[in-house]
Amino acid sequence: MSAPGDNKGPETGAFLPRDRLWHPPALTPRYKTSVLRSPQRAPVSFSNTISEIAGPAFGHAVLGELDNDLIFNFARPGEAAIGERLLVHGRVLDESNRPVPGVLIEFWQANAAGRYRHKKDGYLGPLDPNFAGCGRTISADDGSYWLRTIKPGPYPWPNGVNDWRPSHIHFSIFGSGFAQRLITQMYFEGDPLIRLDAILRGIADPAAIEQLTAPLDMTASVPMDSLAYKFDIVLRGRRSTRFENRLEGN
Amino acid sequence: MPQPLDTLRETPSQTAGPFVHIGLMPNFLGIAGLYAADLGNRLCNDKTKGERIAIEGQVFDGIGEPLRDCVIELWQADAAGLYASASETRGVADANFAGWARTAADPQTGLFRFETIKPGRVPFPDGRLQAPHVSLWIVARGINLGLNTRMYFSDETEANAADPILARIEHKTRLPTLVGQRDGGGTYRFNIHLQGADETVFFDI
Repeated sequence: MSAPGDNKGPETGAFLPRDRLWHPPALTPRYKTSVLRSPQRAPVSFSNTISEIAGPAFGHAVLGELDNDLIFNFARPGEAAIGERLLVHGRVLDESNRPVPGVLIEFWQANAAGRYRHKKDGYLGPLDPNFAGCGRTISADDGSYWLRTIKPGPYPWPNGVNDWRPSHIHFSIFGSGFAQRLITQMYFEGDPLIRLDAILRGIADPAAIEQLTAPLDMTASVPMDSLAYKFDIVLRGRRSTRFENRLEGN
Repeated sequence: MPQPLDTLRETPSQTAGPFVHIGLMPNFLGIAGLYAADLGNRLCNDKTKGERIAIEGQVFDGIGEPLRDCVIELWQADAAGLYASASETRGVADANFAGWARTAADPQTGLFRFETIKPGRVPFPDGRLQAPHVSLWIVARGINLGLNTRMYFSDETEANAADPILARIEHKTRLPTLVGQRDGGGTYRFNIHLQGADETVFFDI
């Protein structure tokens, strides 16, 4: 996939190495489940081959009309999900600050009461019959995307005796290459639970936590309708192939 | 001060959590009416070229319990060794093969299963051929950054011995962790161990 105005054909460059100190490490003991699920040996590094450089693409044919509208995509006719109405918008970029168009973004979240529509969630916050809590979209030519939803509630979880997750929306993002595959969570500016969160505290650099925190964006809010939060997503960048040595016959 | 570089940092990863199926596989959970089908639930159709195989296994935690809540994605070349991707410049992949799939571990047994075709060989950047392989990405509660690994094929001994990626692995005793074992039919058993003596080789790609 080429960036707009970037007339150079398909993306065939290898990815910049992932900065694994910026991500949470595999083992974050405060998040107890990681203790038995974290590989203990060093991952084996190798330069990307076509297997990592290439990746699946999804066309708009997979999308339904309401796929990025969580307020209505599961609601009965004439009804709507309950909660604080929000627009979440942003851009998918890469580490070279180029827009990444045409990539699939999937999201899921708890409802306004902090309850997930999942058989394994037994929290006493009630289900909302009009809210499934999932959606998806594809980034536009300028890398932009948006979704409409309700603000997810915080909820307690069995980690410490009284651990609560801050309000968050899960994001799954495809890039143009399989090595860009990423799942993350978006948090909300000003949430006092952020600094207490056992999962977020696995991140060493406070600036990385800030990168996961969406600011309130009044410029994108809709008067008498919805507040807005902005969440840009940055995928791994590719090396330029422009100056690469070419092998004979390649 | 020199000019700032116009670069950004990758968005930090966060665990997919226990409820990942809501976002990635709502039909699997019984959330009906949103999507016609879960994305990535089918790799092949009747016209797909190549040998039909299955890949089956479990993902085990550090005390040997299978993960019952993980989601695994698979990415592989078609039977001719071409990827269904815009980045594939060597030819056009089989239009009847998706190349990418997603599945969830069974909530009771932890078993995962992909029905696919055996991939062809794809080149290493220096032109040598890699042994046939599928790329796998594993996410779950307790996994902070999705885990990348590969499955190679037990009936490709010669190709595996010459594979440039396998050659990079210092401890040869770990190589079997990357090889799916073919049974009498066309099923390859591939267990993934997150920890322990048999810890699977994971890749930093």
